[in-house]
Amino acid sequence: MSEQADAVDLVDLLSVEGEDLAAAWVREVSGSLGRRVSAAELERELRELYEALVEALRQDAVDVHSEQMSEVRALLTELSRSRARKGFSPTETAISVFALKRVLEPVLRKGSSESVHAYLQLSRLLDELGLFTIETYTQTRDALITAQAEQLLELSTPVVRLWDGVIAVPLVGTLDSARTQVVMEKLLQALVDTGSEQAIIDITGVPAVDTQVAQHLLKTIVAARLMGAECTVSGISPQIAQTIVALGIEFEGIATKASLADALKLALRRSGVDLVAHRDGLR
Amino acid sequence: MHPVERNGDVVHIRQAIRALAQEGGLSLVDQTKMITAASELARNTLIYGGGGVVRAGAVAKDDRRGVGAVFEDSGPGIADVAQAMTDGWTSGTGMGLGLSGSRRLVDEFDLRTTPGEGTTVTIIKWAR
Amino acid sequence: MSERIPILRIGENLVVSVQFDLEDQTVLNLQEDLADQIVAHSARGVVIDISALEIVDSFVGRMLATVASISRVLDARTVVVGMRPAVAITLVELGLSLGGVSTALDLEKGLAKLRASSDAAQR
Repeated sequence: MSEQADAVDLVDLLSVEGEDLAAAWVREVSGSLGRRVSAAELERELRELYEALVEALRQDAVDVHSEQMSEVRALLTELSRSRARKGFSPTETAISVFALKRVLEPVLRKGSSESVHAYLQLSRLLDELGLFTIETYTQTRDALITAQAEQLLELSTPVVRLWDGVIAVPLVGTLDSARTQVVMEKLLQALVDTGSEQAIIDITGVPAVDTQVAQHLLKTIVAARLMGAECTVSGISPQIAQTIVALGIEFEGIATKASLADALKLALRRSGVDLVAHRDGLR
Repeated sequence: MHPVERNGDVVHIRQAIRALAQEGGLSLVDQTKMITAASELARNTLIYGGGGVVRAGAVAKDDRRGVGAVFEDSGPGIADVAQAMTDGWTSGTGMGLGLSGSRRLVDEFDLRTTPGEGTTVTIIKWAR
Repeated sequence: MSERIPILRIGENLVVSVQFDLEDQTVLNLQEDLADQIVAHSARGVVIDISALEIVDSFVGRMLATVASISRVLDARTVVVGMRPAVAITLVELGLSLGGVSTALDLEKGLAKLRASSDAAQR
């Protein structure tokens, strides 16, 4: 019985000044977000949310998980996701909800004890909605991070064509077992696709390797040889050279060069290309 | 269930595993590794185990899905498992790369053998 | 009763293209036939095209290594061409690196490799 009455109070609280409250809400939020969300967009988002909230309360929604709140939840989910994608912080995201509490404070000052009660009730509901926003925000960020990690794995292993019949993979960053395996498969497929007999694996940008990664690189080189191509490893840092020796990894019979340029020279010589320097330079 | 009694049966097992690996969503490299491992083990069943049966199918554990195969014979069994698991096909005396090599090709490998009674090898390759 | 794979003769080279999944007996037959043909035609080179093969296990791998050794004894050179990336990765993992076997990306490059080595020998 009392719940029924409360719900009506909440609706009253929100619709006493009708349009004005929603407008004040938009002003409050846009103050904290700056210009990163367009005024028109913010206006639309918050007005939709406001209307949905009033409608949900009119239908006696008790808490955030109520059936009547489904429209509010959908709108909040959309809002949180869009904030997360645009790089807003969790605070900046949740403020959209909490700002409504601040907007209601003046109303409270004028009101009776019933409206104080209603305010507290609404405040509890808004807290729940705020938490819901943060939760959705976090889920979106987690999904983004996972997707980016996968993309990075793909992007960070480009196979480039340096010359007719010479391809190279410049490796940058830490190599783990999974990434090295991706490189291995991409490089070998590129040999077939481009008909290249020479491949250069440049590890100038790799700070360290462990036994497993070194073994994967070795296997790549042997596999390339089975397919009829030769690999040269360039840019081995002093630290990595020491690791290779200390770990007792067999690098016998594998061509290594200090720099990518030297490796390219070797690859060209192996594929029968002569490099001639003109004394006068290019004319 | 596939019998391994004749030379041609090894080819049939490769084909059956290939179909399962494709359905199971294994990557091309993982398919190739699984088929190759099955080929090695089926040949062992035929040559060293004097024939037997292979059971293969889709497997699932927790969130993972994959392809599994069981190679079973009632041959002489393996007296020295450790020796049989070492690389050494060049010596011509061991079981070749069959056991040790195929263990490297799959994610899970289980060997059970009793001298005089037979050998059962179970392998699984998970989809990634 | 098992199949035999046709062996083609191009100039002083023999060319074999393996088009389907091989039974062990067929693999052994091929090894035998190649040895016979190298002698019969005084072949200088052998190209084995395995680009159609989806898997190469230790049995086929060993045959390739053996044919390479046999041809060397008979003064011919063997080049294995067209191995797929997935097959190469699997063979390495299996522990077969086919040390003494020459390889090339495709049939054309394999024949070029044989030509280059016979030119070098005549010089």
